[in-house]
Amino acid sequence: MDFYFGLAQLIGVHTLLGLSAYIVLLTGQVTLAQAGFFAVGAYVSAMLTVLAGWHLAPALGIGALAGAITACAVGFPALRVKGLMLVIATLAFGEGVRLFFFNFDYQVAKGGIKVGPLGGEGFRQIRFFPEHGWSTLEVMLFVWTCVVLAMALLWWFDRSRYGAVLRAVGEDEIAAQAVGVNLTAAKVSAFTIGGAIAGVGGGLYAHYTTHIEHSSFNILVATFAIAYPIVGGLRSVFGTLLAVIFVQGVLIEGLRFLGDWRNLLFGALIVLAMNVRPAGFLGGARRA
Amino acid sequence: MLDLKGVSRTFGGVRAVDGLDLTVGDGEIVGLIGPNGSGKSTTVNLVTGLLPLSSGVVYFRGEDISDLPTHKRLEAGIARTFQNIRLFGQLTVWQNLWVAQNSAEDRAARGFFSRWLGGQKAVRAEIAQLLEFGGLADKQNELAANLAFGEQRRLELARALAAKPKLLLLDEPAAGMNSEEIGQLRSRILSLRERGITILLIEHVMELVMGVADRIAVLNFGQKIAEGPPAEIQADPLVRTAYLGGGA
Repeated sequence: MDFYFGLAQLIGVHTLLGLSAYIVLLTGQVTLAQAGFFAVGAYVSAMLTVLAGWHLAPALGIGALAGAITACAVGFPALRVKGLMLVIATLAFGEGVRLFFFNFDYQVAKGGIKVGPLGGEGFRQIRFFPEHGWSTLEVMLFVWTCVVLAMALLWWFDRSRYGAVLRAVGEDEIAAQAVGVNLTAAKVSAFTIGGAIAGVGGGLYAHYTTHIEHSSFNILVATFAIAYPIVGGLRSVFGTLLAVIFVQGVLIEGLRFLGDWRNLLFGALIVLAMNVRPAGFLGGARRA
Repeated sequence: MLDLKGVSRTFGGVRAVDGLDLTVGDGEIVGLIGPNGSGKSTTVNLVTGLLPLSSGVVYFRGEDISDLPTHKRLEAGIARTFQNIRLFGQLTVWQNLWVAQNSAEDRAARGFFSRWLGGQKAVRAEIAQLLEFGGLADKQNELAANLAFGEQRRLELARALAAKPKLLLLDEPAAGMNSEEIGQLRSRILSLRERGITILLIEHVMELVMGVADRIAVLNFGQKIAEGPPAEIQADPLVRTAYLGGGA
């Protein structure tokens, strides 16, 4: 049973990652920076629980804040570039964050052993869950509480005027400006909210794996982040959830019996899915 | 209402608009005509701030707005429509009007508390009026992309009005319309004037612009070559030359 709980944790964390890209995509910005915000949230909240001895809940909050501040700082320069240039710029940012953590040492002695991030070796022994005796089931429920909250928040945004404004910006920036939308506010706020969600996801990820390192936040993670909302469709947040279940549950776990053939089929099935439903599982705006 | 003083815009070496002086008085309908590429649409983009000025000053109600971003100019009361329709196709008709309510008073009313204290009702009532004006009441839940061409034009006009503008810039609103639709457009434009909205009308269709404008300015190669009442403009030899070419 623990295997399924573990899979559910993974799906939950990846849903947060996908949702963080979803809101940025609504404004028509294709971002590969989400793995960077995910990393910031992971390191910040893990350092707070391990080095400062905080409880996980406030540590996640600060991790979300750190993700949001970083994303806000990325959002402003991102306003100046569009399309492919933005993809490259955000990719460079994500790699920059990864390389920062590759070189980041901050170890403190705790009870005879040194703990904390140690460059390329990563950050081991993030032991909040085992130390507090949380079972895999409890961890999974905690992860999914966060996922449900994030989905509810974005669902509410989607139905509000704010969501319509973000979509208007994504459709036509010139027209949006002409009807009085503040482009800077719309784009940067979407980045900031996405950064906060990615920060929470990263914090949860760090704690259930108990060990993070720079390569946990590479381009592949950034690609997954943006693939989920695109495969799921931008009609609603549930598309992103469906896409994560499809990719992580069905394709990666479900095809394990195929051995090496899995990787080949994995790509082919995503291409097939996008051909059958070009606007994503849950239809909607045709954009990618 | 609107004063352009020596407004210029260059693209590379091309002077798209060259030292243009133009005044639009309160409650006036001013026509801006000229051959293709004479700088009419560029002028609209300069007034709304979608393009920065190369030189010159734009005054709106006596204030220099040359450095304001587009959304601030809209808040001040300048709205526009586009020559090639630019709706939010994947939003519904209703949502297209909803996102366009960005006048200063609407922004002020959008505070968290006032929204729960009946503000939402006022928003709905206003959108219902706009739908009525555009003859789109029965289409409010359709995606804008699925509307017929004439309906899209009407929605774009209604969307510009959602900002409660004092000055409305119409960029070739009659393009692609038949003469019956042009007649309807004419009465719509005149009804806007009665509401006190000042209009700058960029148009190719002479039938429309000669019928509604109080005054017409003619552009050619970015420069104003004539200005006056419609009858005078129609008789102007310079204007005829610009449109028909050759040496008259």
